[in-house]
Amino acid sequence: MVENSKLSVQNLHFFYKSQQVLKNIFLDVTEKKVTALMGPSGCGKTTLLRCVNLMHELIPEASAHGKILLQPQNVNLLSDDMDPLWVRQRVGMVFQKPNPFPKSLFENVAYGLRLRGLKNKSELSGRVEVALKQAGLWVEVSDRMTHSALSLSGGQQQRLCIARALAVEPEVLLLDEPTSALDPISTAHIEEQLSEIKKQVTVMLVTHNLHQAARCSDETVFMLAGEIIEKGKSQKLFTNPQDKRTESYITGRFG
Amino acid sequence: METSTSRRKLFNQLMKILGLLGLGLSLVILLTLIFDLIIRGGSRIDFNFLTSFPSRRPSEAGLLSAWVGTLFVMLITAVMTILVGVSAAIYLEEYAKPGPMSRLIELNILNLSAMPSILYGLLALGIFVHQFRLGASLLTAGLTLSLLVLPIVIVSSREALRALPPNLKEASFALGATRFQTLIYYQLPSSLSGIMTGVILALSRAIGETAPLITIGALTYIAFLPKSIMDPFTVLPIQLFNWLSRPQPAFHVNAAAAGVILLLLTLSLNLLAIYIRIRVRKSVKW
Repeated sequence: MVENSKLSVQNLHFFYKSQQVLKNIFLDVTEKKVTALMGPSGCGKTTLLRCVNLMHELIPEASAHGKILLQPQNVNLLSDDMDPLWVRQRVGMVFQKPNPFPKSLFENVAYGLRLRGLKNKSELSGRVEVALKQAGLWVEVSDRMTHSALSLSGGQQQRLCIARALAVEPEVLLLDEPTSALDPISTAHIEEQLSEIKKQVTVMLVTHNLHQAARCSDETVFMLAGEIIEKGKSQKLFTNPQDKRTESYITGRFG
Repeated sequence: METSTSRRKLFNQLMKILGLLGLGLSLVILLTLIFDLIIRGGSRIDFNFLTSFPSRRPSEAGLLSAWVGTLFVMLITAVMTILVGVSAAIYLEEYAKPGPMSRLIELNILNLSAMPSILYGLLALGIFVHQFRLGASLLTAGLTLSLLVLPIVIVSSREALRALPPNLKEASFALGATRFQTLIYYQLPSSLSGIMTGVILALSRAIGETAPLITIGALTYIAFLPKSIMDPFTVLPIQLFNWLSRPQPAFHVNAAAAGVILLLLTLSLNLLAIYIRIRVRKSVKW
C-alpha cells in the first residue's frame, strides 16, 4: 500500500458480456491530487472510472472482479454487499456531456442534498453557494439562481454539474472527459478550477487530450487496450517515459 | 428535361390542392355539425335547462342529473386512470426486465386500445356489477370507463418517460439517487406535461362513451342527485340518446341542446389540459 492512498485498485478485471475490457489493473490514487487517466479511445479509461462509483452496475451484462479499496474506511467498493448509494455519496461523478436537470440552477446543485433529506432552507443555500464557489461559477450566476440551468452556456453547464457533484461533499470526484465538448476558454476555466478543487477532494480525470493531462494532473496513468502501460508523476511520465508505447503516444505517433 | 421539371411542379401543385380540399371538406362537415346543433338547440339552453331534472314535458325537462353524473363519473375515471395507468407505465418502463414477456404485454396493451367499447361494458357487467355487486353505480361507471381508456394513458405515459434524455437519469443515479427518487425528483416532473396530455385525451374519449354505460345498466331517468359513489346515475350522452329516441320533435331540440353542452364540456376539458400543460412547462425549466 502506497502512503496517502485514497483509492487502491487491485487486480481489477472487467467484462462486458464475454469481452474483457479491463485486464489486471493495479493502481493507487493519491489523496488530494489529480490523477489523469490517459489513452486512446476504447482503452478502458472511462470503464475504469465508472467502476469506482459503481455506475457499471446499471449495465446488465457488465461484471467487475477484483478490489477497489477506499481509504481511510478500508472497504472494498466492489464487494457484493456494498451499497451503491453509500459509495456514490462518497464518490461523485461528472460526465462527458454537460447534463444539468431541467430545473433551476439552485435545484440542480441542491439535488444531491435533497436526495439525502436535507430540507433546511438556509443550510441548503449555504451549501449550494459553497459548491458553486468551488466550481468557480458563483460570481457569474449568483443573481440568477432561479433561472433554468439550460439557459447557461455549455461551459457554465459543465461547471454547474461539477458544483452539483461537489455539493454532497464527496471524498473522490470522477471527471469523465469533462471538457471534450467545450471550447478552449471554457476548458481553461475548468482546468484552473481543478487546482482549487483538489485541495478538498481527490480527483480522477479521464482525458484523451495529453496536453490536458500534462497541464493539470499530478499523476498520470497511460492505458492501452484495457491495460495500464505506465503510471507515475506526470512531470516524469511526460518528460521521461519508460515504455516505448507511452513515448509514441505522447510524441503524437498515434492516438 | 424541361418537361419533366414542369410535370414535377404540376404534381407538386396537385398534391397541395388535394390536401387543401381534404382539409376543407373535413372542416366544413365539422362546422356544419356544430352550427346545426347550435341552431337547433342553442335557444333551448338556459339556466332552467341546466338546473332541472328530466321530465315527461319537453319544455320542463333539464340536464341537471346528466351533467352532474358526467362530472362525477369523469372524476372517478380520472383518479383511477391516473393511479393505475401511470403506475403501470412506470413499472413497464423502469422496473420490468426487457424481454419477450414485456414485449407481449406491450403488444396486448396496444390491442386493448383498439377493442370495441361495448366489450368493456360486458366485462364490467360481469365483474363489477355481478361479481363485486357494485350495481349500476357511479363507481361502476368510473371503473368501466377507466378500463376503457387505460391503454391510452399507459402508452402515452410510457412514451413521455421514454422521451427523457437517458444521460440525465445517469446523472441522478451518480448523485446517489435510488430508482424511486430518480422518478420522483426528475422523471415524473419532467414528463408530467406528456402524461397529462395522455390523461386528458383519454378523458375526452371517455366523456362521450355511451355503449359500455348502457351495458352496465345506467338509467336514463334520474330525478335526484347522487349522494354517494354507489348511487345510480345517468350521463350526458345517455340523456341525449334517450331524448333523440322520443317521437316528439320538442325532445329532439333538447337533444341538440344536450349535444352543445357535451361539446362545451369536452372543449373546457381540453382547455383545462392546455392550461395545466402550460403551468407544468413553466415549472420544468427545459
